[in-house]
This record gives sequence, C-alpha cells and structure tokens, in this order.
Amino acid sequence: MSFRGPRVLTESMQAFSFSRRAWLLGAGQLGVGAVLVGRMAWLSVAENERYNLLSESNRVNNTMIPPRRGWIVDRHGQPIANNRTDFRVDLIPDRIVDKDATLAALRKLLALTDEDMLRIEADLKKAAGFQPVPVAENIDWERFAAVYVRQPEMPGVAPTRGFARNYPAGAAVAHLTGYVGAPTAEQYRATRDPLLVTPGFKLGKDGLEKTLEPLLRGKAGAKRVEVTARGKLVQELATRKDEPGRTVRLTIDAGLQEYAARRLGTNSGSCVVFDCLSGEMLAMVSMPAYDPNSFSEGISHLEWDMLSKDDHVPLMNKVTQGLYPPGSTVKPMNGLALMAAGVNPNERVFCSGAMRLGTSVFHCHKRGGHGPLDLKNAIMQSCDIYFYEMVRRVGYDKIAPVARALGLGQKFDLPFATQRYGTVPDSAWKQHKYNKAWTAADSVNASIGQGYVLANPLQLAVMAARMASGKALVPTILRDPFKPAAQPLAIDPDHFRIIREAMNGVVNLGGTGGAARMQVPGVGLAAKTGTAQVRRITMAERRSGVLKNGQLPFKLRDHALLVCFAPYDNPRYAAAVVLEHNGHTVRNLDAPLIGRDIMTYMFDRERAMKSLAEVEPTWGGDIRTRMAAQEAAYRAAHTTPPAQAAATETDAPAPTEARAVEAATDIQNESQAAVERDIANGAGPAQTGSPEPDTDASRIDPPAVTSTTAQPPR
Amino acid sequence: MRSIIPSPLAILPWRTLLLVLAIGCFGLVVLYSAANGSLRPWALPQGVRFFVFLGGALVLSRVPLSWWRNLAFPAYGALVVALLLVELLGAVRGGSQRWLDLGFIRLQPSELMKIGIVLAAARFYEMLPAAETRKFVAIWPVAVLIGVPAALVMLQPDLGTALMICAGGVTVMFLAGVPLRLFLGGAAALAVAAPLAFMFALHDYQRNRVLIFMDPESDPLGTGYHISQSKIAIGSGGIFGKGFLNGTQSHLDYLPEGHTDFVFATMAEEWGLIGGVFVIAAFLLVIRWGINVGVRAESRFAKLIAAGLSTTIFFYVAINLMMVMGLAPVVGIPLPLVSFGGSAQMTVLISLGILMGIDRTNRHTTSW
Repeated sequence: MSFRGPRVLTESMQAFSFSRRAWLLGAGQLGVGAVLVGRMAWLSVAENERYNLLSESNRVNNTMIPPRRGWIVDRHGQPIANNRTDFRVDLIPDRIVDKDATLAALRKLLALTDEDMLRIEADLKKAAGFQPVPVAENIDWERFAAVYVRQPEMPGVAPTRGFARNYPAGAAVAHLTGYVGAPTAEQYRATRDPLLVTPGFKLGKDGLEKTLEPLLRGKAGAKRVEVTARGKLVQELATRKDEPGRTVRLTIDAGLQEYAARRLGTNSGSCVVFDCLSGEMLAMVSMPAYDPNSFSEGISHLEWDMLSKDDHVPLMNKVTQGLYPPGSTVKPMNGLALMAAGVNPNERVFCSGAMRLGTSVFHCHKRGGHGPLDLKNAIMQSCDIYFYEMVRRVGYDKIAPVARALGLGQKFDLPFATQRYGTVPDSAWKQHKYNKAWTAADSVNASIGQGYVLANPLQLAVMAARMASGKALVPTILRDPFKPAAQPLAIDPDHFRIIREAMNGVVNLGGTGGAARMQVPGVGLAAKTGTAQVRRITMAERRSGVLKNGQLPFKLRDHALLVCFAPYDNPRYAAAVVLEHNGHTVRNLDAPLIGRDIMTYMFDRERAMKSLAEVEPTWGGDIRTRMAAQEAAYRAAHTTPPAQAAATETDAPAPTEARAVEAATDIQNESQAAVERDIANGAGPAQTGSPEPDTDASRIDPPAVTSTTAQPPR
Repeated sequence: MRSIIPSPLAILPWRTLLLVLAIGCFGLVVLYSAANGSLRPWALPQGVRFFVFLGGALVLSRVPLSWWRNLAFPAYGALVVALLLVELLGAVRGGSQRWLDLGFIRLQPSELMKIGIVLAAARFYEMLPAAETRKFVAIWPVAVLIGVPAALVMLQPDLGTALMICAGGVTVMFLAGVPLRLFLGGAAALAVAAPLAFMFALHDYQRNRVLIFMDPESDPLGTGYHISQSKIAIGSGGIFGKGFLNGTQSHLDYLPEGHTDFVFATMAEEWGLIGGVFVIAAFLLVIRWGINVGVRAESRFAKLIAAGLSTTIFFYVAINLMMVMGLAPVVGIPLPLVSFGGSAQMTVLISLGILMGIDRTNRHTTSW
C-alpha cells in the first residue's frame, strides 16, 4: 500500500483502506487457490502414472514363487538331484512387529530347541531387513498348519510350502553336485533380483549346482494378491506358475557313482571312471564327503566343526583339487615316451637294486634288484632302475610332451569352479620357475612320478583312458549327443599295444598288481599301481629297518594309486583310484581291490555288489551308517550340557554354516594361488621339497612329500 | 419472488447456503466411502451434526450485530480462562489435554478461540480512533490479545491451531489498516525467528514433522508415511478419479487419517482432479462471498469480523490442502465441513452464521 495521506486518518479513508486491503486479501486467497489447483493437477495429471504405479504396488502384493530347480539326472535318466515337497517357516526381519512375542509363539508352535532359538537370534541380528531368516525347514503338516492359521497375528512370519533339494545318494554325490543354499546378502545387493530374497529360494553354492545355476534355476512364478496396509489378504488376483529349471543330463552313471563311493570305504580317496569310447565321465567320487541334503538346509555348527577338522578332508573335492605325486602310475606313459624317443622296448637294463648318479644313490623298491629287464617287464615289476636309467638317457624333456599329450598337467573344460592342474616339469619349466638348470637327478625323480611331478586324479584317469583308447579323449560330464569323436593320438599304435600288454601283465601275468585280477570271464583288467611316499626315509631308519606304514601316523602314510582299464585287449572303461595316506595297510581298502571291484561293476554288477556286501561290514557299514556314527561320536565328545552349548553357539561366527563351506573353498583357492605365487617367486612347491641329491644318499625313494591337500580353515 | 417467499427466507444468501450444503453433503459421501460404503461410523453422525449446526448457523444469523459487539471481549476473556483451565486440568491429570468436559458437551476452547480472537481484535479496532491506527497503540494491545491464547494453545501442544489463532488476529490487524511496513517487517522477523523457533520452541514430534515435510521419502514408514500415502492417493486419482467406493489407498488402509485430516486425499482418489477443483472452487466462492459481505458492511466492526472470519475459513482450507498435497508440514488442521469431527464443523458454521447475520444487516440497510 502506497498510502501517503495526512497523518490524521478519517473514517472514510479507513473504509477505503479496508476495501483495498480486503481486495488484496481476496486476490491472495485466489492466488493460493490457484496454486492448490495447480499442485493437484501436477500430482494427478503430470505425475499420475508414477502415483498409479505406487498405488498399485501398495495394493498388490507380488509374492514370488521360487521356481522348481531343474533336476540333475544320470546318463540313464536316474535322478542325482531332484526336489521334494517342503514345508518351511521363515521370518522377514523388516515386517516383525514384536520380535520376542513372535519368537516365543514360534518356539511353542514348532517345538524349537534352545540351539535353534540361538541360531535364529544370531541370524536375525546379522540379516538385512529384506533377507528371510529360516526358522524351520522340512516340518510336518500339522506344525505348518498351526503356524499358517496364526500368521495374521504374527507379522513377519512367512510359512511357505515349497520344494527342497534332494540328493538320493547323499554324500556319494556331494562333490559332484555340490549343494544349494540361501543367497547371501552380497549376492542380493549385486543383482537386486527380488527372487533372491524370496523365502525358500536357494541357489547353487558349489559343484555342478553352482556352475549350472543358469540352467537349473528356471523362472520364478508370481502370485498377485490384494492386501491391506496391515498385510491382511483381501483377494487373490492372479497366479503365474513358475517355470521349472532345465533338467541336466550328466554322463555319470548314478549306480556306479554310488558304488564307487561306497567301495572307497573309510579311505580318504577319490575315483574317476571314463568311458574309453567317448571320454564321458561315468563316475567322479571324492570321499569322505558331507551330506549335501543337510548342507542345503544349513548345518549345525557342530557338524561343520566336525567336517572341517576331519583329516580326511570331507569338504574338498579331491578329484579336481587334490594334487598328488603320481608315483609309478606314470611308468606306462614313460614307456610310450621312451619308445617314441627311439628306445627299443626289448633292450634290457640290469637292475641291481640301486643306481649311483654323481654322488647320490637311487634305490629300487626291490632291495635285491630285479636283474635284467626289458620295458614290458620293467612296467610289470614296476622296476625303478629301468626308468631311472632310460629316462636319464633320453632326458625328461622327451618324456614331458608325451605326459602332456596323455593329459597330465592339462586343464580340462569341466563345469567345476575350482580345479588344480598340477605340474609336468621339464628343463624350460624349471628354468622359468626357479631359474635353475635341469639336472639328471630331476629326470630320475620325475621318471618314477615324483619330484616336481604332480597330478590330480582326473588327469590320471584321462591318462589311463587315453592309453587305453589311443585317442585324445576329452573328458566331459554333461551329456552331449553331438560330442565329436576323439582324434587318435600321434603315437605309434604298436607302442600302445606293447604298453597295454605290459599293463595286462601287471595284473594277470605275475606283475605287482596281481590283487586286481578280475573274476569276470573274458574280461581282463590292465592296470598300473603306484605308491607315493609322503615322508623322507633317513639313513638311520633305513639301517634299522624302514617303518611299516601301519606304525606311522595317518598323515605320514604313503598314498596308494591305481590307474586301470578293461578289457585290456579292447578297452571299454578306464579308471583312476587315488587313496590319500592309505599306506597299503588293509588289503580290502587298498587301491588294487577297490579298482578291481569298481571295474567289475561295469561288467558284472551282481558280482561287484556281492563283493561289496562282503567287505562293507568290515569297516562299519555303508556311508550313511558310518557318517551317523561319526557324528554321534563327535557330538558325544564335543557336546557339553545345554547351558554351555548355548554359550559356544552364541560365539559361533557363522550362524548358517553351509555358507562357511564357500569360505573354505575360497580359502583353498587362495592357498592354491599362494602356492603358485611361491613357485613363481622361486620358493618351490612345498609338496615336492626337491632336496639336494648329494646330501642324502639314502634317498632311494622320491623326495619327501607332505600333505598334498589344502586344509579347510580351522 | 419477494412477494411469494416470506422475507426472512428471501433475504438468506441462498447461493452461498447451497454451496455450503454441497460441500457438506459431498463430505458425507466421501465419509460414506471412507467407511467402505457404510453410514457408520462416520457419515451418519457427521450428517446429523452438520444439519444441526447448519440450523444453528441460521439461528445465529438472526442475532443482531450489537450482541456480537457486546460479547466480543467477555467471550474472549472466558475462552482465555477456559484455555487456562484446560492447561491446569492437563497438568493435574498428567498429560496434555485439549478440551473441557462440560457434561453435555466436550468443549475445545482453542477451536472457539479462532472466532474469539477475530471478534476481540475487530472490537478493539472499532474502539480505536481512526487517527490512532498508525500508532504503536494500535498494535501492542492486539499483539497481547493474540499472544496470550496462542501461547496457551502452543503449550497444549497444538501448533496448527496456534498458528491459525495468530493468522486470524494478524489478518484483522492487516484489514484494520495497521501500517504495511509492520507486516513486511513482521515477515522478515518471522524469517529470522522460524529457524530459531524450529530449534528451540518446537516439540520433537513437531520438529520431526517439519523435517519429514522437507523430505518425506526419508522416512517412508514413519511420519513421512502420511504425506507419501496422501500424495499417492491424490496422484493415482488422475483427472476423473478411480470412481466412488473404488479408492484403494483409503479402503486398504494405506492412507492414514483418511476420514479426518486426510479426507481430501480420500476424496481425490475417487473423484480425481474434478472433485478437487469442485471443493476448492466451492470454498473460494464461499470465502469470496464472506469478504464481499465485509466490503459491503457499514460498520467497521462488521467489516473486520466478516473479512476476518472468511479468512479464518480460508486458512483452514488452505493449510489442510497444502498439508495433504505435500506443500506444508503435517500440522493437524482438518478440512472444514468435510473432515469427520465436530469442532471445525462447529467453528466454521458459527462463522457462517455470523457472516449471514452481517449479510442480513447489509441488505436491510442497503436494499431498503
């Protein structure tokens, strides 16, 4: 107002001022009204779409239906991993209103133990708001229904009927399939896929379950329901069915897989069986193992503790991750290489029991010596001196290419996340890694599969299959009807014939593997045994008599190995068996008999089953029985009264233990990487030791090999 | 027409009455829907009250202006006493309280004070000689008149009502011709004082509401939930709305206070922009009529209370709508005649009764 009148106002002036100000007030009010209409138009017209969406997402609750996971079946269609109906109850931390009351109610309804409650509390503390915390899985219908009807009174409780992964063969397939588990918070953060936080959804955590995840997962279904703000269901709107994951057919023979797992008995061992015609893997066993069924539900701290402390390393897949000196199993391969290098297989070497090389002496496993031997007999008798001499003569650089051609040191394209590839050494390799020249002693050590030579059981089986078939078989585990036929190896077929005859001789003509002779008429097993020593034998010990394996602690016993194929004259199947620290102490549990029975299974199932039925009781029954007994014993030894158990449980770092296996695997990978770094830095692999030949004349047998297997973390 | 219809009826402001009836009945329709298509618990009592109060307003419109003039200061004084009583009772019983139980009615003195302050301030300026209007004596007594009840209401604590009492009083000051520079200065002072008040004078929950208003998404499930859900309701309504009884935000309980403070959002969800524009336009027309009544009025007192009460109604509507559309913090001001609840309904209809009375006086003096 620019009212500039006289200081004394009159009433008429006042009335005039009122009118102007009232007009101004009205204009202002109209302006505010316009702003309000504009704002409303902005919300309801310009932003209408956005708010419509928000309103819909309020109104409609999209519940995801986890897709049924694709089955994993064996070559005949028999399920290795399938799904079973599962009633489960989860807690959604974000939606819980009264945590204590809810937990108390659940405890009563589901009869949860103290241990369960502590785990749930710990999980709730760790869980992000969106991540479901499992309360109970695999519960019976009555309990499930009891929770279900009370759900509206307990916000945050999510009872669901879903599917749980089921592995009919249990531990026998653990390292083949791996297991499944709830996604981690990091996995959810990476993708923001709402499926990952849907109660009951599980994804592959290890093995094929992990690598085949994209195939097996399928597409989630959805249930659209109208709900009130308090979560009360008003009506169901629509349901889209889930799309189950694809069924994946493996080349594995489920029967053989389980048989081999059982036949390995109490060994800490592994076994791989190949089809010699196609290179398809028929069995891939690593024992002992965890039960993937219980792992998929999340195991107790105690169970995890037991598995991780076991010196038989049940948490590691020894087939792809165990590295061992192959020992004498490389001798047939050496023979091929020697012939390729021009050595006449009929030429004889005289074995006196020892060979001097420079200042050191290398012994044969037979103290008195074998006398004069040609190649065939050297393989049959597993004579060390023959191979020392011949390999020294041609040089290991002539052997290494053949070793690689047969699969040693090779990386195979298989769907397993972690594989360790071992070493086939030669002079260039040593120069590069250690900056040292190759010595004759290195050749001599390598000639009997020791020294720098390291292989995993998968490679040994490939070697057996390639020697048996003469073809560059490529191992596969996923069934592929269009798999191209393998090409013949660039090795003289005559040489293969000589080697196969020698390996037949090992078993059937008085060689070192006579125990492996098969009882199936018309089928001859060809094999080569091997022993890998893991400790150094001192001069003093040699003088007073070398200690028997049975007298040694487990970790110091020799590894027992066997590569074989059958029938020897027309190979159909090939296999490798590697038994850690077996020490040849129990005949039934030694490599030759295990190899024989597993191969027998392929030709005469009944005979093989009968043989197993005879021996299995001697070591405490089948896998399930033994695992249950072991767990019971461990529980008895390590469980204290409930109050104290509760205390330890709260200290437990990983409430859902299945996750810890991942951690263990990661640590193993790290330790492998560390070993590789060490080698690169010239420190040398811990396993091979590579002692100086001059200082220890007693080193008949290969250099000391400590444990070849990485340990899961304590 | 005048010949057929008896003059007491003929001189009623029918257009305005019809607008008020339309707003009130539309409000009942919205409350019917808010209760999931049921007369109970809101639409029926609200409707009964509405017509009772409307009848009361018609009765009040017969009250001669001189009564209001004589009643202005005593009524103000009585209301201040009542406010003090409310405070005392609250202190004695422990916990805050906003009403007095008179046995037959629960009286909320702070609500009536919205009218009381307008009457008292208008009476003061009527008594003030015109020449004094630009002096300090024209300001401080009204400042005290406003300050005492506003402070008492703030103590309850009821920020929204305190603000409305201040706004009503200040409007009368403005209309009375208090120098404009004072208002500009006051606005400047407010700009300075607001942050200080925010820091020191407000309760935690009030401060929180202001913070949430600034950023509703920061607390989508807490206090910001009200604003977010209200905006969703209004925004999802679109131009024509989801249709009567089809609102999901209100029916599925996502919209809190959908029958009281956020009734406009309930309405907008089902009736869309069309319904919103209708409500806003109807209120603006009623308010314009009220201000025009003031402009036409003869006496200074009548002018001031007519414009002042109209503006009070305007403040109700404007603050409530700004709140539900996310333009103002949640301060708990209902939408008069539409929101469920008797207090605001009563205040607004008493105001309308007084306005109709002034209008009647105007017609008597101008038409005849």
